[in-house]
Order: sequence, then C-alpha cells, then structure tokens
Amino acid sequence: MSDKKLRLRFKKTGRAVYISHLDLMRTMQRAFSRAEYELEYSKGFNPHPQISISLPLSVGMASLCEVMDFKLKEDTDLSLMPEKLTAQMPEGIEVTDAYEATRKASQLKWLEIEGVFEYDERDAQEMAEKLREFFSGEKIVIAKKTKRGMGEMDIRPAFKDLSFSVSGNDVLLHVYVSAQEPTLNPELLADALRQKNEEIAPDFAKFTRIEGFDAEMNIFR
Amino acid sequence: MDKRLERILPKVQKPARYTGGEFNQIIKDKNQVSVRLAYCFPDTYEIGMSNLGMSILYNTMNSLDFVWCERVFAPWGDMYEEMQKAKLPLYALESGDSLDKFDIIAFSIGYEMAYTTVLDMLDMAGIPLRSEDRTELSPIVFAGGTTAVNAEPMAPFIDLFIVGEGEEVNNEFLCLYKKAKDEGWTKHQLLVAAAQIQGIYVPSLYDVSYNEDGTVKAVTAKEGAPEKVTKRIVQNLDASPFPTKTIVPSTEIVHDRVSLEIFRGCVRGCRFCQAGHVYRPIRSKTPETLVKQGIEALKNTGYQDVTLLSLSTSDYRQLPQLCDGLLDYCESRSIGLSLPSLRADNFSMDIMERLQKVRKSGLTFAVEGGSQRLRDAINKNVTEEDLLHTCEIAFAGGWNSVKLYYMLGLPTETDEDIMGIAEMANKVLHCWRMNSPNKNRGVKITISTSCFIPKPHTPFQWEPQISIEEYLRRVNLLRSSITAKNVTYNWHDAETSLVEAVLSRGDRRVADVIEEVHKQGGRLDAWNDYFSFERWMKAFEKCGVNPEFYANRDYALESVLPWDHIDVGVRKAHLLREREMCYNSKLSPDCRKQCSGCGALKLLEGGRRCDE
Repeated sequence: MSDKKLRLRFKKTGRAVYISHLDLMRTMQRAFSRAEYELEYSKGFNPHPQISISLPLSVGMASLCEVMDFKLKEDTDLSLMPEKLTAQMPEGIEVTDAYEATRKASQLKWLEIEGVFEYDERDAQEMAEKLREFFSGEKIVIAKKTKRGMGEMDIRPAFKDLSFSVSGNDVLLHVYVSAQEPTLNPELLADALRQKNEEIAPDFAKFTRIEGFDAEMNIFR
Repeated sequence: MDKRLERILPKVQKPARYTGGEFNQIIKDKNQVSVRLAYCFPDTYEIGMSNLGMSILYNTMNSLDFVWCERVFAPWGDMYEEMQKAKLPLYALESGDSLDKFDIIAFSIGYEMAYTTVLDMLDMAGIPLRSEDRTELSPIVFAGGTTAVNAEPMAPFIDLFIVGEGEEVNNEFLCLYKKAKDEGWTKHQLLVAAAQIQGIYVPSLYDVSYNEDGTVKAVTAKEGAPEKVTKRIVQNLDASPFPTKTIVPSTEIVHDRVSLEIFRGCVRGCRFCQAGHVYRPIRSKTPETLVKQGIEALKNTGYQDVTLLSLSTSDYRQLPQLCDGLLDYCESRSIGLSLPSLRADNFSMDIMERLQKVRKSGLTFAVEGGSQRLRDAINKNVTEEDLLHTCEIAFAGGWNSVKLYYMLGLPTETDEDIMGIAEMANKVLHCWRMNSPNKNRGVKITISTSCFIPKPHTPFQWEPQISIEEYLRRVNLLRSSITAKNVTYNWHDAETSLVEAVLSRGDRRVADVIEEVHKQGGRLDAWNDYFSFERWMKAFEKCGVNPEFYANRDYALESVLPWDHIDVGVRKAHLLREREMCYNSKLSPDCRKQCSGCGALKLLEGGRRCDE
C-alpha cells in the first residue's frame, strides 16, 4: 500500500464541460480502472475511492488547470500516467500532469479566467467601454443564491486585474477571481450585469479557467 | 458545437446527456461512409443507454465499414422546449448533425407507450410522419423491437419493420440499402426487395380489409411479399457478436453497469407473458463465453457492477459455474454482481450465499396471482411454499425488504384470489418474525399491482382487459384486505394500462389516434410526468376509434387477428391449447420437463434442438 498523496492536473474542455462534478468523479474512477490504476479506498462500512476535486467547476465552464487529489494502492511511474489516463477519458478531458502533492489544495487562492461575452445585436466596442466603466466601481453588491436563500455579496474585492478586449461581436474578458474565501464564480460577473445594468449584459457568456495561483501569485501545483 | 445548442445547454437539467463525446462512442469520417444511420431510441438518454439491445445493434451496425450508425434520444421536456424555441432540429450525438443529413432513421421500439415519442422524434427532425409522404430513397425509416410482433398501429409511419432479433437482418438490410443507393433504385423497389429478406415486414405491401363489425377480415400480401413474415433469430447465441467495448456514459443512467445476456427465450410459458413467447426458442451462452465477455467488458468500461440478463436467471443451468467464474474476478476488485429475475421456486441457499459476499439488495418476487389456483391458471409455476421457503432463507440471511408483484384482472381471477394477496403478505410477515436475526431493523413488505394487459402472441391474446372501474374495485378490495402496517401497497394506474392494451392489440386504424395524440403535444407517454389520459380519450373520440373495442373486447377465437400475418414461431394452435388449460386451471410443464410442441423449434436450422 502506498500512502502518497498524489495530484492530477487536467483540462476539461469541449463537450466535457457539461459533465457535472459528481459525474466527473465517477468518470475519473472508471478511467482509472480502465487504465488499471487501483485507487485506494477509504476504510469503513461503505468504502469509496479516495479522490477529491477541490474546486468544483460549474457545468458549462471549461478549464485548463483542474486538480484532483487521489491515492493509489501501489506506487507507479507517475510520468506515464497522463498519457495512459488521457487514453481512457471521454472526449474533452486531457490529463496534463501527475505528481506528488506537496501543498494543500486550500492554498489555491486565485484563478485566472478568460471569458467571452457574446452580443448579438450590439456594438462590442461600445459594450467593452461600458463594461470597463461598470466594473471600475468601488462596490458591486449583487443578490446571490446561498444555502440559506438569497443573500448579498460585494463581488468587487473578489476579483482583480479585470480587462476587456474586443474580437468581432464578442467582448473578451481576462480576470483573476478569488478561488476560496470568498469563492467568486465568474458567472457572477455576467449576473452582476443582468441585475444592475441589463443594457450591457451579454446575450451569452462563457468562461475558461486558465491557471491557478496561491496568495503570492505563484502558480499553484 | 452548434451555437444554438451551446446557449441552450447551460439552461437544461443534466446537459451531459445531450452532448455525446462519451468514452467508447464510435466516430467515423462522414465523408468515408456511404450510409449514415440515425439510431433513435424513443425515450430519454438514461433509458436508451441502459438498453442492451441498442448497445448490441449499435456495434453490429457499425461493424459495417460503409455505415456510420449514431445515437439519438428523446430530449426531456425542458430541453424539448428550448430546442423548439431555438428552432434546433433533433440531432445525433456522435456528429451533432441534424437528422436530415442521414440516409436511414431507425427506431428501437420496445414498448407501445413509446409510439408517440417515435412520431415526435420524426417531427423534431422535420421528417414527414407518414411513410407515403416520404417518397425518396432517403430517408428510409425502419423500426424493430418487441412491439414489431404487432406493428399494425405504427404501420402507416414506418417503411419497414424488423421482426425478431436484429443482429444479422439489420446488416442484411443495410447492404441492400447500399446497393439501392449505388444503383439509384426507387424507394418502392427497395421495399419490394427488402420484403424478401426473412424477418422484414413491409406494411405497405399488405392490404387490410375489415368486416362490418370492425374486425379484421383479411390481410393480403402483394408484389411478392410473403403471406406470413417469420421472425429472425440468432442461431448460435454463444458465437453471436456481443459488444464488450460499450459506451460509458459520462452521466448517470438507469442501468449503469455491465450487462451480460445469459440466454434468450424462456422455458416457462407463463400465459400472460409476451416476452416468454415471442423470444422463443431458448438459446443459452456458455459460462466460459460469459465469463470471458464479462471480464473484457469490465476492463473496457471500468464499471464497478455487472448484472446477468435474461427472462429468468435461475433457469440458467450453469448459474453456479458462471457466478464462480465472475466472482473470482469481481471480489478482489470490489465489483458487485447482481442477479435479477430470480424465480422464487428454485432460489437456492447456495447462490444467495455467494452473492452475499458482495452485495445485499432487496428481494423482488413476481408472484402475479394471489392464489395457487390462479397461478396454475396463468401457468406461473410458483407455490406459496417455495416463496415462503425462499423468504425464510433470505430473512435468516439478514434481508429485510421484500417486494411482491401481482397483476389484477388476469383471466379467471376472483375476489378470493385478490384477498389471497393480502394473506400472502401476512404469511411473509410472519415468516420474517420467525426467522429474522435482528428484528430491531424492521421489515418492509411491498405489494405492487398492475392491470393485466392482453398481449399479441400469448395464450391470453384473445382475452379482454377489465375496465378501469373494475380494476379500481379490485384495488380497493385488496386495500381493505391489507391490515398489517409493515405492508405497503402500491398500484399502477389503470389508465395507462388501458391505452397500452389498445396499442398492443390495435390494428392500422389506431394509427390515427397515435398521430392525433402526437399533434396535441403527446410525447414521452411512458412517463407519468407526461402521460395525459384526457389527451388520449379526446383523440379516440376525434378519430372515431373506440378504445374498448381493442382493450375490453373478447377477440373471437376463430377471427383473423390484426397480427396473424406475423409469425413468431409459436403456433396459434399451441396458444389456443394453453388458453384452454387456463380455463381448467391446469399447469403446463416447462420446456425442459416436456416439450409442448409450441412451434418455435422450426426457427432453428440444421436440426438443432432448443436449449442445446
């Protein structure tokens, strides 16, 4: 038995963005089994494989920097894992790295996000300017669903270095959002517009996680 | 991905079922294939992806180089509405292409309540519903599945039906289609040629005439089509292609596990059971093949569960060897093995113990009839003693949940039979009290009843269904007979059963009703969420079709039945004899004790015997 805490880095893009968190856990488990890696199981009455994906992605959001922690029953050559696992994945999931985890997942503090705001019948250039103005406010308090019903959240402190650029009819967004304490789901950036300024709310918005960072803005591994 | 789809998906429940991209899906280059086939399952992804038949045929059809067979399922209501709003036509999961890009649209129709969904899927694809309105070689719409044994209610919509098992005949048809396409045949030429293949029924090549009382007078074949269409079977099941590299859904489905089909057909001959008659003759696979395929499938899918499929698992002769072989592999890997469809009569301690090592689930018994007399009359060869004996072992082994399934309205059923159901539940409860090692955990006994539906090609095909009022009277009688508080009673509604009876025993005139229900928004009628009895009743009225004529009428024994031109192997004379036995409350021995000469043997080639 191996007690090493291992970590997987993977991309979730394309059709795979619609796989929910729970389904992804099942998908991972089966992919490990197909690749003939035996996951360590928890002890107890109802043993389950020891895997955890710390910051669940919303359904529909892509990522190039997901991390999953796991333990294996036996030691293995980690350098072979990405290729072997990727071969067993559904379309859109690609394992990019496997290594021993030295840091706790809780140290992941910032997520670099790219977004696309689609405007069907509005001028993207004009929108970009208004977006910059909107998000430069000191406070952006929005209504947000919480476990206890509706609550309020000032999203302003939870993101930084927000910038917009234009590509055709789309406005492209680049931002760092707080990953934990508080967690800012980038979807809330589009929600803020729908709530506060419908005029510049996009017809459709989608986001991709690009990279994770710790509090000192070092890339998280 | 289509932009419209990309915008819809975040809004609907469980979007992963609408995207494709799963592990083991089959992707081909659409420019390199000459026949593109959209294989439609007229129900949700979760149901369709759990269907072993679909999984087998997806693989056998894709084994032809010139064919790319892709999957299509019916979207749930929220997705359906979004697709309508966005004017997004129905599309296939693998390529994402809309159905108008396909040469062939195929349906697997396992149950009658899916009929409206078939029309709905054609409609969502923008394909004309009626065969006569599709004049070109493309698209051809064909269908198979159990309902093909009486295809009449769907006859006007489907160009041709596959009667029986599709592994071979589907591919024979696809080869013929390719030839037709290469040589520029008309649709009519193709259909006439297809009717010559055994197992293919082309409804437009059969004229139906009616008597004054509305019953069928005659069904006449034309243009060389056979008078009787004989169903197709796989001769050697053990050697037949069985997919072990099956698609692993990325979202949870109903049967999320490896399914191993251990045999086809059934030796029992329960008189109400359509599957037990139309899947004959019995053909088994060897334990060696099954263990090999099971392990292969587990490796290729990564599933943590495997289940055995057949109509009656305990009738598989080498069940102990099979379980041993599979458990050798499963136990060390924490893979669960489940055995559904065990019969109460030969459920052995031995098998129970083996399974106990891995997993303990509830026990379910299809008892069907409330008294021994009635069980004899329907040829359900289960005795109270067997059942209680099984419960004794199960309770002693720690099980504490038993489900008992019954039908109300079986031919010859009396009120005493119904009250017998409650008595049986009490006896099971008593048995638990006597045998359970841990009574603190309590026991749960559930009785479920459904309304008997007479099905074509069974000894009860002529029998009337009881009326809804009578069913409810019987339900209330049973309810008032149940006194123990550990016994729960659930009953299936009779309204769906009435519609199902009409669709099961219907002729071509029922097609108008199905189309009308579809027009009024009927789809996914197998789901209580969507079934509307009112919509069906209005459609019956509008089309001038009396549902009682099909559901509650005694079909005359000497009459021409709407499905008489479909030959499933079992002869009418056998069904008549079995019906006679019912009215004398007499059992028939199972096929292994004594061959009853049902006729299915003639389907086997080269002097093979049943059950070899």
